[in-house]
Amino acid sequence: MDDILIARSLFGTTMGFHIINATIGVGLPLMILAAELLYQKTKDLDYAIMAKRWTKAFAVTLGVGIPTGTIAGVQLSLLWPGFMEVVGRVMALPFQIEIYAFFIEALFMSIYVYAADRISPWMRIASLTLVAFGALASAVLITNVHAFQGTPRGFRVENGELVDIDPWAAFFNPSFAVTAGHVVVTAYMTGAFIIATVAAYKMLRSDFGSKVYKFHQKALMASLIIGGIFSILTAVNGHAAAQYLHEYQPEKLAAAEGLFETQEYAPLAIGGFTDRETESVKWGIEIPWALSFLAGNSFDTEVKGLNDFPEEHWPPLFIHTLFNAMVGVGMLLITLSMIAFVWNKILKKDRFPKFLMWLFVATGPLAMLGIEFGWVFACTGRQPWVIYRVLSTTDAATTATNLGILFMLFAGVYVLLGVMEIIVLRYFFRRNTVLDDLNRAQQKEIPLFGSNT
Amino acid sequence: MTDALTAITVLWGFVFIYAVMATMDFGAGFWSMVYINKTKTKATNIANRYLSPTWEVTNTFIVALVVAVYSMFPKAAYTLGTVLLIPGSMILLLLSLRSAFLVFSNIAEDYRKVLTYISGISGILIPGLLISVLPITHGGFVEFSEGSQNLNLGKLFTSPNEYAFIGFAVASTLFLSSLLLADYSKASDELHAYNVYRRDALIMGPISLVMAFAVMLTLRDEATWIYNNMMDDLYILIISVIFFLIGGLALILPSIGNKPIRGIPRLAVIMITLQYLAASYVYGKAHLPYIVYPEVTIQSAFTDPNSFRAVFTTYIVGFLILFPGFIYFWSLFMQDKRYLRQKKAKEQT
Ligand code: HDD
Ligand code: HEM
Ligand code: HEM
Repeated sequence: MDDILIARSLFGTTMGFHIINATIGVGLPLMILAAELLYQKTKDLDYAIMAKRWTKAFAVTLGVGIPTGTIAGVQLSLLWPGFMEVVGRVMALPFQIEIYAFFIEALFMSIYVYAADRISPWMRIASLTLVAFGALASAVLITNVHAFQGTPRGFRVENGELVDIDPWAAFFNPSFAVTAGHVVVTAYMTGAFIIATVAAYKMLRSDFGSKVYKFHQKALMASLIIGGIFSILTAVNGHAAAQYLHEYQPEKLAAAEGLFETQEYAPLAIGGFTDRETESVKWGIEIPWALSFLAGNSFDTEVKGLNDFPEEHWPPLFIHTLFNAMVGVGMLLITLSMIAFVWNKILKKDRFPKFLMWLFVATGPLAMLGIEFGWVFACTGRQPWVIYRVLSTTDAATTATNLGILFMLFAGVYVLLGVMEIIVLRYFFRRNTVLDDLNRAQQKEIPLFGSNT
Repeated sequence: MTDALTAITVLWGFVFIYAVMATMDFGAGFWSMVYINKTKTKATNIANRYLSPTWEVTNTFIVALVVAVYSMFPKAAYTLGTVLLIPGSMILLLLSLRSAFLVFSNIAEDYRKVLTYISGISGILIPGLLISVLPITHGGFVEFSEGSQNLNLGKLFTSPNEYAFIGFAVASTLFLSSLLLADYSKASDELHAYNVYRRDALIMGPISLVMAFAVMLTLRDEATWIYNNMMDDLYILIISVIFFLIGGLALILPSIGNKPIRGIPRLAVIMITLQYLAASYVYGKAHLPYIVYPEVTIQSAFTDPNSFRAVFTTYIVGFLILFPGFIYFWSLFMQDKRYLRQKKAKEQT
């Protein structure tokens, strides 16, 4: 492998690992907040216990999310110094403001965890809200840098120099709102479905109607409702994201859809693999006219095909599969939430059939996969550019060689941290079962929020 | 003051704040490991009580520092990014092990010891690597050749100056953290722990001073330019040593109030902070105008003026927003007697 390829793989691996914890870091606070509010409203101790247990899980993911994020932030400069030089001149604001978001998250997270028993319930909720806000803001801001990479604004290049720099124009680049919105709603959706995974699994493992069963049932319903709402928002907003591609990065949309010839009434290809030789999507299902409609809200919208662009500017063709996988996950999750809603609220059945429960168990991992597909699609689909039509990835990369060892070291550490994280979580929740917490909550003297136990 | 000078001053302020917080952070992790078997002294508890709520905040500072470099001096970020690939990656790897295992050790109680050892040891190595950035910026180990630059690792790791810096960083980390933990123990009314940390501070203080002299001596041979610049401000260096002596004295004098202990740790903390502030002022001033000697200066690396203004505005706004948060945080964890003097029952947590 040449060094650029290793650099790309290394950075992609870092991000692919960070995003798991980061997404939970954005999504889980919303669920904890929901549980805290439900507790204040219903005074049902189960919700307080949920908040407490999820906070514990959140603290562990923070323990991995923060260092991997730190790696990501520093690695940007280490591996892509050319990129960060441009970002430093033009697009430093989101990074800078993100620091404040990190501070808010870190300060109030510590307050929520270590001072919970010394502050009033409302202060606790305020702290938690600030934690959720800090996580949300950091996701929005970092995504803004990604949006800028796709739709760069706020400068001109003249003889290789950056001129007319306007940092706020770069900050409010065209795809900021849509992209950031997409990342936020998918993170909330994923956070909710991860709770659904655990709750559904635990329900399958406990006796129907027992205390523990009821506890998890409440968690499952709350997470399916929240996850369902956000999965619909994801689709609506994802549609807008695709329309932005149509407008601002047409070759990415063309590659995502495997479209070679520019045409009106373009068909939508679902599934299959893009074949370079025959310039078509093999083994896919074609829906006539649908792509034109999706891209521009009318059937006669002209959609640009790959052949309109020089081949060296084509993104890799496999992003078609990634795109399909992401959208597929979205559609599946919407369907599952709908079924759950109809079953429980309209048909008023008190329990879900077993196969449906197993499908609920699958929702969390599926959502996380959707996040991974989406990001690899978005970042790889931008190739060969690191900043669209301004800076190529090759020009941005470090000139250092022998990156292979570093790649292996980092990959090894990610595996170690990932495995340890799972072991530690399992260990903790086995030692402190829901039943323990329920019993503890009934004996008033032991403070539920006593810092660590 | 020119914009570039303002920017480097802000950056230097960040470096100093981070240096103090990081020594506290890594040092506390280390002491928590050292005293883990001596449950009677509570020294480990004190370290953890400080560490648990603060490590995230401290970590955010290092990110803030990196961001400050590339938003204010993008060209320096290019050079530093290129030459620091290996040392930077080492720091990142250790840092990730350190933070993650610190959190794990708080959660998996039965395995606390092993996990604390991993985080404590990786933590104490980090300051040594972090400070290596300084000798690297002195230029002797960087090979500049038409547009590209390269770090000569072999030369770096055979240089006495580099080892003097590493020794200085580790000794200072242990010194400052034991001093601050002594103060924290006193505020927490843990007199056993206080005596332990006061003793550590008394041992580490002279060692760190010796290391500082070693840094100066080796600097004279290896980076003469910065040594000469520093000697221009010799009197401030002498003042710095005086602060050190007062700080030491403050640990030996009898305590005010009627506690059965010796020393006024709060005064010592203030004096030693002033000592480091004075010394790093001299070092920082001597470093100017170079960021990486001799190719990258603060003027040549400075960002676009529009961007600088925007970033600077966010500093002010951000500071105003965060300040109350920091005060609240401080009052809950550094002042609140209920937190500091936790009951025995919760000591294990
Ligand atoms: C579970 C996660 C998930 C799900 C179900 C979806 N997405 Fe997505 N998508 C993401 C998670 C994601 C993401 C990981 O958050 C991305 C990566 C980059 C970004 O901005 O968001 C993304 C990017 C992304 C992009 C590219 C933006 C860019 O390249 O800048 C488009 C066009 C869509 N999405 C469209 C959709 C559509 C039409 C969906 C239909 C339901 C959909 N996404 C579901
Ligand atoms: C968190 C989820 C993310 C994942 C999983 C991810 C994944 C990837 C992958 C796989 C690559 C290599 C692409 C290739 O060369 O084929 C890459 C490159 C890159 N990504 Fe992302 N990315 C993520 C988020 C971001 C964000 C938020 C930013 C903006 C700051 C970003 C900036 C970059 C840069 C600068 C590169 C390197 C240059 C390039 O290859 O274009 N990434 N990412
Ligand atoms: C869109 C994808 C991303 C999302 C949603 C995201 C979100 C988060 C969140 C919520 C945290 C807090 C820790 C946690 O809860 O686990 C975090 C930490 C962090 N992230 Fe990411 N992140 C993303 C991509 C990136 C990228 C590309 C970078 C690098 C430039 C980055 C840099 C960081 C840093 C430095 C931290 C640690 C902050 C600290 O020290 O407190 N993140 N991220």
